Amino acid sequence: MRFVRPTIVFVGILALWQALVSGLAIAPFILPGPLAVIDVAVERADILAGHALVTLSEILLGLLFGTLLGTISALIMAYFRSARAWVLPVLVVSQAVPVFALAPVLVLWFGYGITPKVLMATLIIFFPVTAAFYDGLRRTEPGWVDLARTMGASKASILRQIRIPAALPAFASGLRVAAAVAPIGAVVGEWVGSSAGLGYYMLLMNGRVQTDAMFAALLVLALLAVTIYFLIDAGLRRLVSWQADMDPASHN
Amino acid sequence: MTDADLNNHNPAKMLGLDVCNARLAWGETVLLDDFSFSAPAGSWTCLLGESGVGKSTLLRTIAGLIDPVTPTEIRAHDGTGLTSQVAYMAQQDLLLPWLSAVENVALGARLRGERADQTRALDILARAGVAERANARPAELSGGERQRVALARTLMEERPIVLMDEPFSALDAITRTRLQDLAVELLATRTVLMVTHDPFEALRLADTIFVLRNNAQPADAPIVPPGPTPRDPTDPALRDTHRMIMQRLTERAAPAAGGAT
Repeated sequence: MRFVRPTIVFVGILALWQALVSGLAIAPFILPGPLAVIDVAVERADILAGHALVTLSEILLGLLFGTLLGTISALIMAYFRSARAWVLPVLVVSQAVPVFALAPVLVLWFGYGITPKVLMATLIIFFPVTAAFYDGLRRTEPGWVDLARTMGASKASILRQIRIPAALPAFASGLRVAAAVAPIGAVVGEWVGSSAGLGYYMLLMNGRVQTDAMFAALLVLALLAVTIYFLIDAGLRRLVSWQADMDPASHN
Repeated sequence: MTDADLNNHNPAKMLGLDVCNARLAWGETVLLDDFSFSAPAGSWTCLLGESGVGKSTLLRTIAGLIDPVTPTEIRAHDGTGLTSQVAYMAQQDLLLPWLSAVENVALGARLRGERADQTRALDILARAGVAERANARPAELSGGERQRVALARTLMEERPIVLMDEPFSALDAITRTRLQDLAVELLATRTVLMVTHDPFEALRLADTIFVLRNNAQPADAPIVPPGPTPRDPTDPALRDTHRMIMQRLTERAAPAAGGAT
C-alpha cells in the first residue's frame, strides 16, 4: 500500500503528459512526450551516466563538507557561549548573500572543475544543518541537565551524553532539508561554467534544441536527488529510532 | 544477590543536613527569609507549602543547582558541603527517551565516564518492581513504571541524601499510593528531604514536617505526626496533626486580617 498510491500518482501524471503532447500535437522541441524522453535516456545511457557521476560526486562531497562544517559550528556555538558572537554574524551574512550570485565568482577563482560546485553545495547545505542542529542543542530539557549536574557530570559529558542525542531529531530535520537542496547547488554551479555534469549537459542540449535529451538529463537528476533523499532519510530514521516511539502518527 | 549484599551497596554512612537562615529572593522581592531547619540522618523530612512559596527553588538550592542567596547556609552534618552527597528526583521522571530502562538507571556512571554496574542496576530495577521492563524504552512504559525507573535511578546513585520535588504528583491516586509505599521501603536508610504541596502526602510519608509560608516568616516548630510511615492519612489519630497543618498553611493571611480588626 505504501508504494501503490505514489505509483498511481506518477503514472497518472505521465499518462496525462503523454496525452497532452499527442492530443495537442505539441512540437517535440517545445515539449517532448515522456516516451520520447525515456527513449533518449536509454539510447544515451552511457553519456548520461558519465555526467550523472560528476554531479553525484559534487552533491555527495557538498553534503559531506556542508554537514561537517554545520555540525562543528553548531557544536562550537552551543558549547562556547563567547563563540556565538563570532560565528552567528558569519552565519547570517552567509545566508544574506545569495549563493547563486556567488557562483560566477567561485568559477572565476576555482575554474571549471568540480571544486566550485562542491563549494556551492557546501554553502547551501551548511546553513540548514547549522541552524537546525544549534536550535536542537539549545533546547535541551532543563530537567535533564539539572539531573546530570547533581550526578556530577562535566559540561562536556552533558553535551555528549544528553544535549547531542537530544538534538539529533532537530539535526535530522536540517539534514533532510540539506539533502533536498544539495542538487540545486551542484547544478547551478554547473550552469555557470563547467565541462561536465548533468547541468552542463542540459545547457548543451538546450543550445542544440535537443529538448528530449535535456529532459532525459533532468529525469536522471530527479532520480538522483530522490534516491539521495530517501537514503539519508532512512539513515536518519535509524539514528533517531527512539523518537518514532513518541510520534502519534505511527500509532495509527 | 541477597539482601545482605544489597545492603552493602547502601551508603555506608547516614548523613543529615542543616539549612540555616535560608533566604530566597526573586529580584528585589524576598520570598522567604530566615528559614532554618534540620533534616535528621536517615529520616524523612517534608517541606510543605502552597505553589509559589519557593519550595522547589529551596530544594534546587540545596541540590547545588542554584547559588544560595546570602546569608543562606547549607551543610551536611559531617561539616562538609553537599556536593556529591545528594541524589535529586524531580516531578517529571526525566528518563532519557533514547536509553532503555536499565541504561537510565545506570545514567550516573555513564555521565561520569565510569563503568556501569549492570548487575546492580538490574537488581535495583527488580526491587522497584520493574525487572521485566529493563530493556524497554521510556515511551513504552506507563507513568507508574517510569516513576519506578526514576526511583531506581535515584537509588543507584549511592548518595546518603535524597532530594525529592513532588515526584509523585503527576500520578493517579492508586499508583501514587503504591509508589509512596515503595519509596518508604527503598529509601529507609537514606535521609530524604521532600517538598510537596499535598498535606496528605506529607502526613503519609514524613517523620518531620516543616510548613513553608510566604511573607518571609521564620519557620515554626516542626510538626511530628505520630506513628511509623507510611501512614494512612485518613487515620483518626492524625486528625489533630492535619488540623494543625491546615491552620499553619492558611495562617499567611492572618497579619492582614489582624490589621483590619
